[in-house]
Amino acid sequence: MTGTMDETAIRTDGVSRSYQMGDALVRAVDDVSISIRPKEFVALLGSSGSGKSTLLNLMAGLDRPSSGAIFAHGRNLAEMSSEDLAQHRSHTIGMVFQAFNLLPRMTLEENVELPLRLAEVERNDRAGRVREAVERVRLAARLTHRPSELSGGEQQRAALARALVNRPTILLADEPTGNLDSATGDAILHLLREINESMGMTIVMVTHDRDRAARFAHRIVTMADGKLVSSGTQS
Amino acid sequence: MKARDLTELAGRNLREALLRNSLTTLGIAVGVASLVAMLSLGVGLQQLASKRLSRSGLFDAVFVTSRANRGFGRPTRPDPATATPAKILDAEARQKIASVPDVVEVYPEIRFPTEVQFEGKPYPTMVAGIPPSARTDGAFEGIKGAFFSGLDVDEAIVQIEFAKDLSTQPDSLVGKNLTLRYAERQPLPAEPNAGRNKSGANSSSEDGNLSPGFSIVPREKTFRIVGVVETEPATGFGGFGRGRLLIPMQVAETLRIAQANDLREILRGTSSKVSYDSLTVRVKGPSQVKSVEDAIQAMGFTTFSLLDATKSLRQVFAVFDLLLGIFGSLALAVASLGIINTLVMAILERRREIGILKALGAADRDIRRLFFAEAGVMGLVGGILGVALGWLIGSALTFGTNVYLRRQELPPIDLSSIPWWMVAGAIGFSIAVSLAAGIYPASRAAKLNPVEALRYE
Repeated sequence: MTGTMDETAIRTDGVSRSYQMGDALVRAVDDVSISIRPKEFVALLGSSGSGKSTLLNLMAGLDRPSSGAIFAHGRNLAEMSSEDLAQHRSHTIGMVFQAFNLLPRMTLEENVELPLRLAEVERNDRAGRVREAVERVRLAARLTHRPSELSGGEQQRAALARALVNRPTILLADEPTGNLDSATGDAILHLLREINESMGMTIVMVTHDRDRAARFAHRIVTMADGKLVSSGTQS
Repeated sequence: MKARDLTELAGRNLREALLRNSLTTLGIAVGVASLVAMLSLGVGLQQLASKRLSRSGLFDAVFVTSRANRGFGRPTRPDPATATPAKILDAEARQKIASVPDVVEVYPEIRFPTEVQFEGKPYPTMVAGIPPSARTDGAFEGIKGAFFSGLDVDEAIVQIEFAKDLSTQPDSLVGKNLTLRYAERQPLPAEPNAGRNKSGANSSSEDGNLSPGFSIVPREKTFRIVGVVETEPATGFGGFGRGRLLIPMQVAETLRIAQANDLREILRGTSSKVSYDSLTVRVKGPSQVKSVEDAIQAMGFTTFSLLDATKSLRQVFAVFDLLLGIFGSLALAVASLGIINTLVMAILERRREIGILKALGAADRDIRRLFFAEAGVMGLVGGILGVALGWLIGSALTFGTNVYLRRQELPPIDLSSIPWWMVAGAIGFSIAVSLAAGIYPASRAAKLNPVEALRYE
């Protein structure tokens, strides 16, 4: 089932990820099979420790499954070299984290430019692409500010601009509203929805907020104890 | 990631922990400085020794004698290789030797004891003929006054000790005249049957046609003193350090002064022709000495040079430099531990940052190169600072030594020398050591699990 004929953006086939904790074997993700279509906005719902962030990391290529296969646009991440996985993270995936994960020493502009440096984008093209990404998240006025000079919502928007700057096809968001108040969190989710609709970007968002998931995502996938509880239906 | 981006990020990271990275860089600088100071001392001493020796004119010279002149009392033996009589060092031989490739000049050793009249008083001294090449060989560096203005001028240079004999103020001698009194050799007119009358039964001359001999005539010649020199220039191996009144070689040759070998030449029947006891051959450089020596030996003459002595000297200094380099490198080895420590600390501090970079698409290779770049920048900056610091140490050592030498009334010296190859080598070595020290931290940073790194608080 590999190759370009695959019409899913991401597909997992019986993926498991287990860790050795002393004598015990912990199955963080246990035999999960799920398909996410291009342009779909999927909420990965579950309580703390349900394995949703681990599954997201596997989709990002930050981690490798213990068994099973993960396909991103038809390419099996489990069979990729670490160099290819880095390319996958650079060109196919954009990531947003609960803790924003901006580099505190860099300005907003430099933070957004960082993925372009890693992807070896020509210097002449960088300024335009940074501006484009920052304007999309409506932060153009704060380019020279450092993260500490931005509010939580602004930091998350800056992280979003950084995730978008390499024009990925899939956006993976790990609890993007977890550190934000309700109104700011809603604003970020509106932005995600807008990006999904205007750019046709596939979004997988990890959250434990069922209400928000229902309001913004096309589909809710629920996990508990590392297993898939429900793969949901498109709203 | 491209090299320019890597360097920029590395520079930014280094500026973040400024104090720690500065101290680490300073450690490298001290290590490089110790290496540079040690090596500059070695090179400086080597240059000092080489300069002194090259000034002596011994290492680019070949001393030529005739096989006939191997010692008094020995008969002229035929050359065993050719079974012909040993060749005489005459004007023709001198011409032939002068035409050998890489030979700069050929001159005889003219040195004779005589008496000098100065301001009405007689002074016994040793006079030596000085070849034109002596002007550039360093022996006349620091001369008070000037070198001879021409090849055949009646000018003299006085060695300082003799100058002190002539005057309590040696510098004031320049421009004054002195009179040289010497014994000139004048050939006697040939007498018919002279050979038969004088040869006797033990004559070694086969045709019995002996030289008519010569008479000794006292002469005087006035020279103007043009300079006073500190060192006693060498005019060849035999003349080393023995001339106290120096006159142009061409003038010395025209004086036809009676020499020690004149008596022997009468017996050989060669006194009517110009011949030399020995010739000194000045070669372009020490590396050409061997080929010139071979060529002259092939002509049937005996040669001698100090080529082997220079080889030994170079060997001694190479070992000396090696030992100094090893001691100097010890400090750099200690500094490299500082780099490892700093970079390992940086990994712990920037664990999360490494995780973020990997999440954004950095490959293991990028992280490794980033840490390498940071180590390399520390090595480069430390190397440049170290060379500067080493130069300062060398200068301070030279200054201190010269203060001491001045108190001892000795001329100053350049104790340390930092040639360009040492500057480039020290900076290159500093970068190489820093990169080697960065191998472990860089590979450790590259292997960090991004998921764990992102969880790190």
